[in-house]
Amino acid sequence: MRSEAVTWALRRVGERTISSIERFGFAARFSVAVLTHSPAALRRLRLTLREIYFSGVLSLVIILVSGLFVGMVLALQGYEVLTRYGANESLGILVALSLVRELGPVVAGLLFASRAGSAITAEIGLMKTTEQLSAMEMMAVDPLARVVAPRFFGGIVSMPLLAALFSTLGVFGAYLVGVRLIGIDAGAFWGNMQAAVDFRYDILNGIIKSVVFGVAVSLIAVFEGYNARPTAEGVSTATTRTVVASSLSILALDFVLTVFMFRGIGV
Amino acid sequence: MNRSAIDLWVGIFVVIGIGAIAFLSLKVGNLTSVSSAPGYHLDAAFDNIGGLKLRAPVKAAGVVVGRVERIRLDPQSYQAIVSMKIDQGYQFSKDTIASILTSGLLGEVYIGLDSGGDTQMLADGGRIGKTQSAMVLEKLIGQFMFDKAAGAPVSPATPSQGVPGATGAPNAGPAIAGGTK
Repeated sequence: MRSEAVTWALRRVGERTISSIERFGFAARFSVAVLTHSPAALRRLRLTLREIYFSGVLSLVIILVSGLFVGMVLALQGYEVLTRYGANESLGILVALSLVRELGPVVAGLLFASRAGSAITAEIGLMKTTEQLSAMEMMAVDPLARVVAPRFFGGIVSMPLLAALFSTLGVFGAYLVGVRLIGIDAGAFWGNMQAAVDFRYDILNGIIKSVVFGVAVSLIAVFEGYNARPTAEGVSTATTRTVVASSLSILALDFVLTVFMFRGIGV
Repeated sequence: MNRSAIDLWVGIFVVIGIGAIAFLSLKVGNLTSVSSAPGYHLDAAFDNIGGLKLRAPVKAAGVVVGRVERIRLDPQSYQAIVSMKIDQGYQFSKDTIASILTSGLLGEVYIGLDSGGDTQMLADGGRIGKTQSAMVLEKLIGQFMFDKAAGAPVSPATPSQGVPGATGAPNAGPAIAGGTK
């Protein structure tokens, strides 16, 4: 009886391990397949444009509003601390650097994952559940080229633009609170900011980050949708997994990228 | 939603997205000041550069006239060789003094140039002969403690060689005295 329980437990562990490795292998094969189908997505540009509309344009409102509020809160909190050291004029630097380097790509990526990534997964999962994907295959239309690749590229194009808009609105929000509400000198606010923010070091690295996050989120979203169990429960599980997995991978990737990008530029 | 409306919205989205990147580059960042501005190079050798970093500003009379481009150690003399890129249009005389200064107590470290009276100007690749090293706070404090312990009165703040910005430091400090070439 006892040994049976142990065998059962061992078997469960082995089963889980093998299935997760299998899943990982499938994910790798799937990523390669999406990339090889990418020329098809670029040739059918209209499909990709449609997906940019759904994942980019429809995410605009949430990105713009949260960017504005994040910038305003940063300005209030930053002023609170900086004023103790008499460094009010550095508020622009604080806000711009934290937005451009970190908060813009990361928060926009998290919002993008929950707003657009989950929608992509649910859509593809439902297509699979209702056997639309199988129907396409029957009609000799490759669902990877027709459904998956345009959504993947739509996400990659949308994400950096959304992150840049987030940072811009954040800086504008900080300007509203810092200069208009609190009364920091506008010249010092912009001047210090421009002196401290470097194009290549800060802005370009932020854009690279957002592109990487866009690739990660889009890939996870289309994979989870394509791999979803074809039931109502399966689609809901896949959607949850998309949000959890892409949020975690954004944060982990952010750490890795930050280690490589911002190790200090001293001699 | 028909096709042309989607195209229109995507177009608007891409345009304002690129506009945001342009805003970040030009208004928040300093793309304009980095990419443009042709200039020439000047070298200066310092005994100690303190906390000087790459891209630190080079100022004359408080006006930014260039940036630090390269810092390396001369293996023969064990001095730090700092290469600066000075904006075209600013000329400095041959007896210019370069000193490493700090704005405020905790502010950024920069190089201050004080032009002399020489009529000959420094050309591209020229070497600034007279330099003044960074004040290292620990050395100053050590000197101060030493003077106190020895019972000697701390010498009053004297501008070393008439260089502004060096005031407020005991001029007996080795960090300053040793730096003047």
